[in-house]
Amino acid sequence: MGRIIHTTNAVATKIVALAVLLLIASAFASHAESAMVRNCTWCHGGSAQGYSPAPRLAGQRATYIYQQLASFAFHTRDAPFSKQYMWGAAANLSPAAAHALSVYFSNLPPRAANDGNRELVARGEVIYQRGMSEENIAACVACHGPNAEGIGSIPRIGGLDYTYLRRRLEQWAEGYHGSLEHPMPHIATQLSRDQIEELASYLSFVR
Amino acid sequence: MLDMKLLRSHRLWLVSAASMQLALLAVALSIPNAHGAERSSKARGDIQAKLDYCKDCHGRSAQGFHGYFPIPRLAGQQPEYLKNQLQAFIEHRRTNNIMFNVAHSLSPAMIDALAADFRELNPPPLGGGPRRLVSTGEKIFQNGVPEANVAACAACHGPEAQGSGEIPRLAGQLSDYTFNKLVNWSKERGQHPTEPDISAVMSPVAHSLTRPQVEAIAAYLSYLK
Repeated sequence: MGRIIHTTNAVATKIVALAVLLLIASAFASHAESAMVRNCTWCHGGSAQGYSPAPRLAGQRATYIYQQLASFAFHTRDAPFSKQYMWGAAANLSPAAAHALSVYFSNLPPRAANDGNRELVARGEVIYQRGMSEENIAACVACHGPNAEGIGSIPRIGGLDYTYLRRRLEQWAEGYHGSLEHPMPHIATQLSRDQIEELASYLSFVR
Repeated sequence: MLDMKLLRSHRLWLVSAASMQLALLAVALSIPNAHGAERSSKARGDIQAKLDYCKDCHGRSAQGFHGYFPIPRLAGQQPEYLKNQLQAFIEHRRTNNIMFNVAHSLSPAMIDALAADFRELNPPPLGGGPRRLVSTGEKIFQNGVPEANVAACAACHGPEAQGSGEIPRLAGQLSDYTFNKLVNWSKERGQHPTEPDISAVMSPVAHSLTRPQVEAIAAYLSYLK
């Protein structure tokens, strides 16, 4: 008797588990690119909001994502995490698949990380919106836009997480490469460590 | 004998005093020279650093750049025009928050040097305007729009749009930049309430041109070398 109940319970558990799995699977299957998307969201987070060190992709400019995938595939973007994760991830993407992923992620609504140092926000905002002309630091707003929303191949940087922003800005001075030779490598190397922390803090709160 | 000794030592003293004076003079002369050379090489370094800073936004060869806002080409621009505009930003005759911050930190000597450097650059134009509008744009640029009382742009800007003095070069300018400036002319230029400037010359022209005409002119100029 006890064994039957136990077996029934076990079967019920399995059925429930199977149902849950099916539900999840069907939710993924509702996206045309489900398997490809899932490969990205393992690291970039379920709704692509980022999961450090993988940056948020939701709301990123499609052209920018596409160009970055190309720069990983061609090994021009060469920071340690790029090499470790993204070179492999981008290696076998067809241009059509890269394009589909770029469009898919660009259409997801972004949320701000809000994880910078609040005390540095005001100073970061000044650098971003006005630049520091005496120190030859260009105003970020000219290219990235008033709400750091980006445009075309210029990335949305508002609301990305603090650590990612800080590391990207530091990496040019450390000799790593992005997808561009101009102007970010020059601009980033003009920034002091403090200024980088201020900018990254400010941007993490921008929505 | 004693006198001779005295005389010799006196002469020695005189000679050594004279050579000392010479040495002092030489040192005195050499100090400003050394300083001057140091200062001018530092100045050149400062100018190069500032030039690199300008090019962060205006493009590596100052060919212009499509940022969030169109950032104009400065290459080949008339120095007098550039100087005027930088002054206009400082005096709020021309409204632009970014360029106000840039301009107010520049010394007159720095402005002269930058303007001369930009004048020498000659990268190919970025282009980008719709090709189908180029011939219409060229017609308006060269002949004006007589029925709307719009003079030929070429009359002042030159048949090759190279500008002269205070009148800017337009050849190779970003089409969206030219478009934005012309349709917003009276909101961005000549903004000082009591001090009208040369930008007033353009106001009636900008006002009389239709948007499609402005678009065509901008397209034509964007390909012009």
